[in-house]
Amino acid sequence: MNFKLRIWRQADSKSNGKLVEYSISDVNPDMSFLEMMDVLNDRLVKEGQEPVAFDHDCREGICGMCSMYINGRAHGPMKLSTTCQLYMRNFEDGETITIEPFRSAAFPVIKDLSVDRTAFDRIIAAGGYVGVSTGQAQDANAIPIEKHHADMAMDAAACIGCGACVAACKNSSAMLFVSAKVSHLALLPQGQAERKTRVLNMVEQMDEEGFGSCTNTYACEAECPKGISVTNIARLNREYIKASFSGD
Amino acid sequence: MALDSKIPAGPLADKWTNYKNKVKLVNPANKRKLEIIVVGTGLAGASAAATLAELGYKVKSFCFQDSPRRAHSIAAQGGINAAKNYKNDGDSVYRLFYDTVKGGDFRSREANVHRLAEVSVNIIDQCVAQGVPFAREYGGLLDNRSFGGAQVSRTFYARGQTGQQLLLGAYQALERQIGLGNVKQYSRHEMLDLVVIDGKARGIIARDLVTGELERHFGHAVLLCTGGYGNVFFLSTNAMGSNVTAAWKAYKKGAYFANPCYTQIHPTCIPVSGDYQSKLTLMSESLRNDGRVWVPKTQADAQAIREGRKKPTDIAEGDRDYYLERKYPSFGNLAPRDISSRSAKEACDDGRGVGKTGLAVYLDFADAIKRLGRDVIEARYGNLFEMYHHITNEDPYEVPMRIYPAVHYTMGGIWVDYELMTSVPGLYALGEANFSDHGANRLGASALMQGLADGYFVIPYTIGSYLSGEIFTQAIPTDHPAFEEAEKNVRDRISTLLSINGKRSVDDFHKELGKIMWDHCGMARNAEGLTKARTMIRELRDEFWKDVKVTGTADSFNPDLEKAARVADFLELGELMVLDALNRNESCGGHFRTEYQTEDGEAQRNDEQYTYVAAWQFNGLDNDPTMHKEELIYENVQLAVRSYK
Repeated sequence: MNFKLRIWRQADSKSNGKLVEYSISDVNPDMSFLEMMDVLNDRLVKEGQEPVAFDHDCREGICGMCSMYINGRAHGPMKLSTTCQLYMRNFEDGETITIEPFRSAAFPVIKDLSVDRTAFDRIIAAGGYVGVSTGQAQDANAIPIEKHHADMAMDAAACIGCGACVAACKNSSAMLFVSAKVSHLALLPQGQAERKTRVLNMVEQMDEEGFGSCTNTYACEAECPKGISVTNIARLNREYIKASFSGD
Repeated sequence: MALDSKIPAGPLADKWTNYKNKVKLVNPANKRKLEIIVVGTGLAGASAAATLAELGYKVKSFCFQDSPRRAHSIAAQGGINAAKNYKNDGDSVYRLFYDTVKGGDFRSREANVHRLAEVSVNIIDQCVAQGVPFAREYGGLLDNRSFGGAQVSRTFYARGQTGQQLLLGAYQALERQIGLGNVKQYSRHEMLDLVVIDGKARGIIARDLVTGELERHFGHAVLLCTGGYGNVFFLSTNAMGSNVTAAWKAYKKGAYFANPCYTQIHPTCIPVSGDYQSKLTLMSESLRNDGRVWVPKTQADAQAIREGRKKPTDIAEGDRDYYLERKYPSFGNLAPRDISSRSAKEACDDGRGVGKTGLAVYLDFADAIKRLGRDVIEARYGNLFEMYHHITNEDPYEVPMRIYPAVHYTMGGIWVDYELMTSVPGLYALGEANFSDHGANRLGASALMQGLADGYFVIPYTIGSYLSGEIFTQAIPTDHPAFEEAEKNVRDRISTLLSINGKRSVDDFHKELGKIMWDHCGMARNAEGLTKARTMIRELRDEFWKDVKVTGTADSFNPDLEKAARVADFLELGELMVLDALNRNESCGGHFRTEYQTEDGEAQRNDEQYTYVAAWQFNGLDNDPTMHKEELIYENVQLAVRSYK
């Protein structure tokens, strides 16, 4: 297969970037998208050019490090897939593929396709945890949890923190990410003690980081590689309102 | 220096309790003055950093990823073992201990493994309290499943994402401490050297991967929680960034490297499809609970499948060889990893492999689907089946999965004593980075257990033994000559890499090294191949330093340079692995020397001569390292032929 690639090149966070065209030929359809990028980079290195910087690590769809915006979609055309799980057979031979970084004011570009997503860490630090120090736990089976609730908590906890929801959203809202963590912990008995402060603090930090507001377009759910549902956002809104208006 | 493992005296089951009762403590006021550097934020690193900060120490945490949540523990699928005996099926701390020692082919330290089994139960409690959403039964209590090498169900799991959920638990505990100001986090930072002052570990040199700036960090103690070195093979199930650099720098500064040849080749990975391949994907061992492994009985059938003339479903039941069930009836498809991998290799070497390349065997769910229904299989393994379908474009509900062994884990690592301290005082190694608990072969669902045991429940106690003696040590200013020198060495190495300007890319070298390692130091090894490999690695290393091409600059975000520095270290490590494999004239666990096997092809240990840990001391690249032996003393377990028949 042959492709024309239009790739965002940007030297660092302060420089202006632009789309640069490359062509690539003899691509095996069973190659992953990132392996195609490896082949391109290997060629660029041998030609004495700087390879394209992009984030990637586990290459099995779980670490959340890869983050490309491909043909106008976060993680590319496949549903429920990260960039590293895309295969070239998912594209048409001869196609032009445009590759950009995840774009959001809260995710500044570091170089080319790499962005800074530490805002997500700061949101978790603001309250996305159960405050239990090591050694304080009781026996694990002392807290029975209804299977249905445990499963719902797991559905929300499956978020990989990649930021596709932010990139897909026209407002750069981080509501899906924040709501997944709020839901995961609000659905479990372990999360009850900090339920109110958690949601208030996480939302406050989210706003401070410069993420936009949610206007219910559901683009986040459509592009989420792990299928995190927007019902979590509804739960976050309920949690937030309850916490804001509660007496204590 | 003689190796002192510092194993506490007394009966096995009391050692850890006695140790904890007597270990020196550091009072809260002094903890505030003591600084600890934790490198790596996987299960071991994140749990250690969080717990030490909770205790009141000042912690600095480093990871090369953009967030601590992305460390490669995240990718562990199947589960975590614990001797809870919630199933009432006969499990106990002793059984988990025994299974682990036996699984490790009697090459691990009894006292460490027993401690691991003891604290395994606390880990589950801790993780549940953090909100880790483990799988549950309808009664609301925790569910378990079976894993290889055990006849009880002691594996706790969160769908096929157990590592992810455990790591997020530890990550959240770490972020809590970051939010409280007790931990300073340095993401996108890579440790490039260890600073040793007056024989003690006192800090690190780290490179800020975004700006390229070299930074000096002081610590009263340094913890390496930097994972394994499987990427020396280029193709492995490790993440692309997983590397040996931090551990290797420590080795070159005096920390002994133990049993480097013990590599785990995982039996159930998706086979290689082409030479562009960048990594291999694991299919969780839990699949072997319901999947049956087979190849055709005849070479003719296998060839017909390879050439596309027959489909697996065309092979009649009687013409299939369910070789694990045949050879190991009492464990069947749940035989341990090393044995299952070797059996797959044997079947393929015998010309009965399937897939286009002939380097694959089937993992078949047809029986399980017939017995339990597709829904049950989907609930158990849905995400794994999906992942397989995604990668191979084949539907495993319809056709059997094709699997082949791949490098997955390294049992070898930095030598540590019972307190997890390396041979450099003040330097510790935790999790996969150390050598300690898995002997020559790790059992499934035990890596997560060990990482969290070390971080949550071992190091918080043992570090007091050392730091109680450091309460009068003031923070050493980083303009100390040792920091200057370490930084200069790092700077020089980086400029050398950038100045070679040769013709071959870093990946070219990495792939060539990987092939040498796989061919000669992989699933089967022999003296001739290993000797040859050593020369080949040396030549490749020389060529690397003459002909590598590294683009970009030192003072910018430069992934090409990061990779080059890591591969440079792999090129040194490879030689040590080969040397260690040559030294060990026996077969044990993941180390299979073809010269040492029984008549029916099983590993043949030599307990008389090799019941020891080989800990290697660096003597400069041009000299052979010195081997120190730690004799393994078995007081509780009788060394036996490891049989799963």
